Amino acid sequence: MDASTSVETHHEPHGHDAAHEHHELGFWRKYIFSTDHKVIGIQYAFTGLIFLLFGFSLMMLMRWQLAYPGQALPVIGKWLPHIFGAGTMPDGKMTPDFYNSLGAMHGTIMVFLGIVPLAFAAFGNFVVPLQIGAPDMAFPKVNMASYWAVFVGGIVMLISFFVPGGAAKSGWTSYVPLAAIADSGPGHLPVFNGQTLWLIGFIFLITSSLLGAINFIATIIQLRAKGLTWMRLPFFVWAQFVTAFLLLLAFPPLEAGIIMQLMDRVAATSFFMPAGLVVNGTPLSISGGGSPLLWQHLFWFLAHPEVYVLILPGMGIVAEILANNSRKPLWGYKSLVFSVLTIGFLSFIVWAHHMWLTGMGSAVSAFFQTTTLIISIPSVIILSAFFISLWGGSIRFTVPMLFTTAFLPMFGIGGLTGIPLAFNSADLYLHDTYYVIAHFHYIVAPGTIFALFAGIYYWFPKATGRKMNDFWGKVHFWPTFICMNVIFLPMFLQGMAGMHRRWYDGGQGWNVSNEHTIWGLTGFQWNTPISWAAWIMGLAQIPFIINFFWSIKHGQKVNDNPWEATTLEWTAPSPPPHGNFVTAPVAYRGPYEYSLPGRERDYTMQNEPVEPAERIRRKPPAEPVLV
Amino acid sequence: MEIPYTVSTRPDTGLWNAKVGIWLFLASEVMLFGGLFSAYIFLRLDAPPGVWPHGLLNVPVGTMNTAILIMSSVTVVLAWAALKMRRYRAYWWYMLATISCGVIFLVVKLAYEWPQKFDHFGAYIKPEALGKYEQYLGNEYAAEKALPPRLEITGHLHNRAALNDPKIKEYEVALDPLNAEPTNPVMDRPHFFPLPVTDKIATIEKEDVERATMFLPTHSAYFASYFTITGLHGLHVLGGVLVFIYMWLPVSKKLYQRNPEHLANRVEVSGLFWHFVDLIWIFVFPLFYLL
Repeated sequence: MDASTSVETHHEPHGHDAAHEHHELGFWRKYIFSTDHKVIGIQYAFTGLIFLLFGFSLMMLMRWQLAYPGQALPVIGKWLPHIFGAGTMPDGKMTPDFYNSLGAMHGTIMVFLGIVPLAFAAFGNFVVPLQIGAPDMAFPKVNMASYWAVFVGGIVMLISFFVPGGAAKSGWTSYVPLAAIADSGPGHLPVFNGQTLWLIGFIFLITSSLLGAINFIATIIQLRAKGLTWMRLPFFVWAQFVTAFLLLLAFPPLEAGIIMQLMDRVAATSFFMPAGLVVNGTPLSISGGGSPLLWQHLFWFLAHPEVYVLILPGMGIVAEILANNSRKPLWGYKSLVFSVLTIGFLSFIVWAHHMWLTGMGSAVSAFFQTTTLIISIPSVIILSAFFISLWGGSIRFTVPMLFTTAFLPMFGIGGLTGIPLAFNSADLYLHDTYYVIAHFHYIVAPGTIFALFAGIYYWFPKATGRKMNDFWGKVHFWPTFICMNVIFLPMFLQGMAGMHRRWYDGGQGWNVSNEHTIWGLTGFQWNTPISWAAWIMGLAQIPFIINFFWSIKHGQKVNDNPWEATTLEWTAPSPPPHGNFVTAPVAYRGPYEYSLPGRERDYTMQNEPVEPAERIRRKPPAEPVLV
Repeated sequence: MEIPYTVSTRPDTGLWNAKVGIWLFLASEVMLFGGLFSAYIFLRLDAPPGVWPHGLLNVPVGTMNTAILIMSSVTVVLAWAALKMRRYRAYWWYMLATISCGVIFLVVKLAYEWPQKFDHFGAYIKPEALGKYEQYLGNEYAAEKALPPRLEITGHLHNRAALNDPKIKEYEVALDPLNAEPTNPVMDRPHFFPLPVTDKIATIEKEDVERATMFLPTHSAYFASYFTITGLHGLHVLGGVLVFIYMWLPVSKKLYQRNPEHLANRVEVSGLFWHFVDLIWIFVFPLFYLL
């Protein structure tokens, strides 16, 4: 591209125009239809947090039905039918269809509208450009489009609660042919029904993720600051980089599946419908010849990488906070980077371990069983490196660090309990029980969500110039931590006792789980303490919500680098102005230079030039690598 | 600070931002169409003998559309090259040619090929009634020559009302040549130039029919994937055409006057997308028209 260099001069006046334009932005362009990565990040954060709360509320409703099946829900049970329709909770008692809707939408909303927008899009948008010393994302308008796509997708998902028949009710996996025939027939509208809206909403969510993923990768490749070589990137940036690749390459096959299921529903095709289906005694008028297994393959081809999409940004956040609060470099930075890359690659070839019970054949099972066990190796390397990073550190137990230290063992429990599920012989028994629920939630609830809370407390001062209150942070942390374990630990036992994950009455009507007791309670009776813990955990979020909004205006004012951290985002003013940095930053060293010997301070920021004395002592690298 | 490398290249990667972006986007598109094509393979492998249709599409028209699309891929490169040489006039004409090719492709697809299919009728005969329609199906002949069994009678439906009216007990079909002369060896293989529907009329009783529809997506797994994949491909062509129209309109001439390299980059990026759309068609054409 020699021709492109010759036009540098044409480019400069344009730059002047843009800077000039910035001062004239009105309220709508500055805060609503903004192209600034920080505003978009904050928009994503609010959206993600609201949907997390909403998805959690759906589960709190389900927990009533599980603990007290068939009983009227006190107080709010009276007005819920007025919101969701008379057929959902007549007299405050939950119908099976509504229970199924809540379950399907809890999964969908938590994963695709809660955690992905918050962990990937919000933290990625706000933090990544700052950490790599960039003025913004590579494509600011695409960034805005990506946010508004997720917004529309979220609205479509919400609307689906209010159409006749209610929201999608075939599980968050939408397995066919169940999903393809659900919400159709008498009493349902042709397009405005739960399952079809679920599919349409999904197309928007996928579009958003694709646009976001392209933007992140391009930004990280193209906009790294001078001197910020690949091995000087903070681990968080690496985690987001791999996550973006997962979204980029795993989502489109699901989009293909979604398009095909949409065709099955609106154009009466048979992509996923075998011949000879009979519904309510009537044979379906379809050509048949489709394959339900095809949907499962397309779904899990996304949905397995998706769990790494959920956890990798969390690991990135944990890495940053861990190094910062133990005041020493992250242990094994290179192994961490290579592990995360290995996870990214392997996560594409493990998906069928969700399908042991479909009878794929033993050769296929053996392949996926092997890859699944291999992928646990890089995960264990990452977790071990995190634990070793604590060794010998002078740990500061700040609020973000509390959540981070809780993340480590919780994620460990979640990960290790997944190993029995990786063996198809053990999974035949555990499949679709509460054991799976417990395993998965230990990874994403006390795992990812704790990392997200940690991240919010950690980067809050960068976004607002103020710190969140420490005391209320601890009041938020301890009950949440205890309740998480009271909720999910007994579920392992329930699952091993044979409780199925989709039982509408919590197992009361099935005596399987009553044969033996666990610590004096039957499997069914355990639902009650679990539900109470879930509701108490709901209350424990109130201090967080108040603290969050109160601190925006009234929190303790802090300087640009309150945590005495090393990475580039802390060299920018808090909150960073449009364009982020006053002068373009230059990186001279790695991301975690804590407690360098012979220095006054125990942290050395990435933009501090290497001193001559240091050059003799530290090698390699002798010279700062400038690109 | 301004966003760098929007037009000029970053020294260590040798790329400007949008070029990285478009290649990533194309990678995701490969996965999207990859998902659809693997569904096609999955469904086709699963289909029982005789169910997957052959030779229902118009090959000469498809060939022409292929040529048109390939031609437009050439003209878009010429348009880009003209911009690089700062010859706006030539760029304008090449872009117009590209846009025209895209529009012709879409018109042929949507106004000719698709409606022709919607107008065609097929009835799958129940296994127990196959013998009754042996004169139209020629299954004995097919078995003799080791051809796949023939389960469907196709042609033009004369009494359209029969599709929805339960009182009408039979379909009257002007037969396709294969069903008109099932034992003629000429019919053993599909033809490059499609043979016209004959004037031989068959009466098919509804009670002998397993399933009868026009050639809509609901007709079979074959037409389901044909309409879905060509429909999605058509949306991509439409998207490309709209982008090209924007870059061809006077509004882009202003960008050219301000920063010609920026416009050239835009054409290069959308040209890459256009080549990709072309490439997808190179897969669609043999999969649906020829194989």
